[in-house]
Amino acid sequence: MSVLVYTENWDGKFKKLSFELVSYATGVAKMLSTSVTAVSIGKVDESELKKLGNYGADKIISVSNDQLIALDSQAYTSVISEISQKENATVIIISNNNTGKAIAPRLSVRLKAGVGSGVSKLPLNLNPFTVYKRTYSGNAFAHVVIKSDVKIITLAQNSFDLIEIANNATIENLNVPIDGSLLKTVVKDVQKQTGKIVLTDADIVVSGGRGMKSPDNWPSLVELATLLGAATACSRPVSDEGWRPNDEHTGQTGKIIAPNLYIAVGISGATQHLAGISSSKYIVAINTDKDAPIFEASQYGIVGDAMKVLPKLVAAVKEIK
Amino acid sequence: MKILVCISNVPDTTTKIKFAEGNTSIDTTGIQWVINPWDELSLTRALELKDDAASGIKSVTVVHVGPSTSEPTIRKALAIGADDAIRVNAESSEAWFVAFQIAEVVKKEQFDIIMCGIESSDYNGSVVGGMISEFLGIPSVSAVSGIKIENGQPVMTREIDGGKEVVIVPAPFVAIVQKGIAKEPRIAAMRGIMMARSKPVKLVESVAVEPLTQIVVFEKPAPRAACKFIDADNPAQLIDLLQNEAKVI
Ligand SMILES: Cc1cc2nc3c(=O)[nH]c(=O)nc-3n(C[C@H](O)[C@H](O)[C@H](O)COP(=O)(O)OP(=O)(O)OC[C@H]3O[C@@H](n4cnc5c(N)ncnc54)[C@H](O)[C@@H]3O)c2cc1C
Repeated sequence: MSVLVYTENWDGKFKKLSFELVSYATGVAKMLSTSVTAVSIGKVDESELKKLGNYGADKIISVSNDQLIALDSQAYTSVISEISQKENATVIIISNNNTGKAIAPRLSVRLKAGVGSGVSKLPLNLNPFTVYKRTYSGNAFAHVVIKSDVKIITLAQNSFDLIEIANNATIENLNVPIDGSLLKTVVKDVQKQTGKIVLTDADIVVSGGRGMKSPDNWPSLVELATLLGAATACSRPVSDEGWRPNDEHTGQTGKIIAPNLYIAVGISGATQHLAGISSSKYIVAINTDKDAPIFEASQYGIVGDAMKVLPKLVAAVKEIK
Repeated sequence: MKILVCISNVPDTTTKIKFAEGNTSIDTTGIQWVINPWDELSLTRALELKDDAASGIKSVTVVHVGPSTSEPTIRKALAIGADDAIRVNAESSEAWFVAFQIAEVVKKEQFDIIMCGIESSDYNGSVVGGMISEFLGIPSVSAVSGIKIENGQPVMTREIDGGKEVVIVPAPFVAIVQKGIAKEPRIAAMRGIMMARSKPVKLVESVAVEPLTQIVVFEKPAPRAACKFIDADNPAQLIDLLQNEAKVI
């Protein structure tokens, strides 16, 4: 028996998300009195792989096959399902990010394993195996029983604290031969943004809504974000209007994020917006309307004009940095 | 080429969720049911592709797994412009069950592109599309934010952390779509609503499958503490609270 965790890498590097997954897997393994095997696909060097041991991984299986550079959901599923059978995994943990959403459901069918997706706590119970997941876009949470022998959990990003447990993990380089005809995905072009904090990874997010009035008013919001080391986001009408790029839109039909701090500037707090941000640990609202629903979701609020408040906030942050 | 769009029937996104039967189910009193927002956008994009004669898309079919009470949602999809519909007659209890039923439909009828939303706004599972493709053993592309047809070949854009990729896979395949797939959902016009009445809805009986998961109880999100208001003339106090009270900056 073991707990298997798939740790994705980005250009050969892991990030906080990877360590959260391993910490979570370690927590589950402890409940089950078993060990943690991490699976890495792609070229990751040994010192980087070793880092997974710092969060409790006992064994790391590294598959550095050239054919697996681009995500092909079928090929990745084959590799992970093969390893999970070899390791006799009873629980498989994957991120609830884009890659995880591509792999987990295929793996579920391949292994006849039920999936609990968007899970944000350790299992509530082992018998029956019960997980805690987000439903109704954050308006409710459900206790879900997974009845199959093998269970798959996709973990919501930023929902689980890192636990450092120094473990001298063993590394096993595994060669999984892939039949070329199984690789169906052809990547014709890649466009990467460099230097921008990935919104779903960010600890702090500064977000602007229609109350910002015009794209010309964004520099002070961006300056505040830069000073705080924060990512920038926006409400849907703002991205629909083209004031901000599409990938900044948060909410029901945009990105779902859970930073430590979300600062909502000129955002009314419509249910569909809250659907994307309600798991943030702290929400701050700046709005001219004291009755705006965003204040009900916030721990701190300023009733005021964003154009006047933002420069003052920038000045105040400069004082402490 | 033929497109199949998978449609989920969900409470309107502004619904205040209440529970019933000892918090084991949702109180459906007064709920307005709508097409899941992602599926509405995916249907919109499928119809845009069909409108372009050069795309080679000949028809757009919608499929829904649900009881007869979800018929209005299917009619709405037909009014927006789908050519026909298939309803698998069953309570859509769980993702595994639903994906299995849709895969059975696809096995009997030929489709080249199967489109699913990235999640339904009720169970937020994000798994049905991937499961359908694995049941059928065909490729799937997830996080698709754009699809077009170039010389008869579907070309997709998918989102990756911090960027995008342009990808192709051989048909038939499942496209799991998200933000960007279409700008605004297409709205049914009067003519569409009239025409929808006579469009065919094929009824299919479900295949028995044992579900793998079950929701046992619902909970409300933990309540947040009341908002602390800070004077607009003194935002420095906010920074102080974030630094020393919340300890988040
Ligand atoms: C199916 C569906 C899905 C949707 N998905 C999303 C989604 O994913 N994300 C999303 O955001 N929305 C979504 N929406 C739209 C949502 O319902 C709201 O319309 C939207 O969130 C409102 O954006 P906003 O808060 O920026 O603008 P508004 O609602 O117009 O609010 C602007 C706010 O700014 C305040 N304000 C005005 N001037 C100032 C000033 N000078 N200083 C400070 N504050 C000021 C106002 O008091 C107001 O509260 C969806 C809607 C539907 C129907």
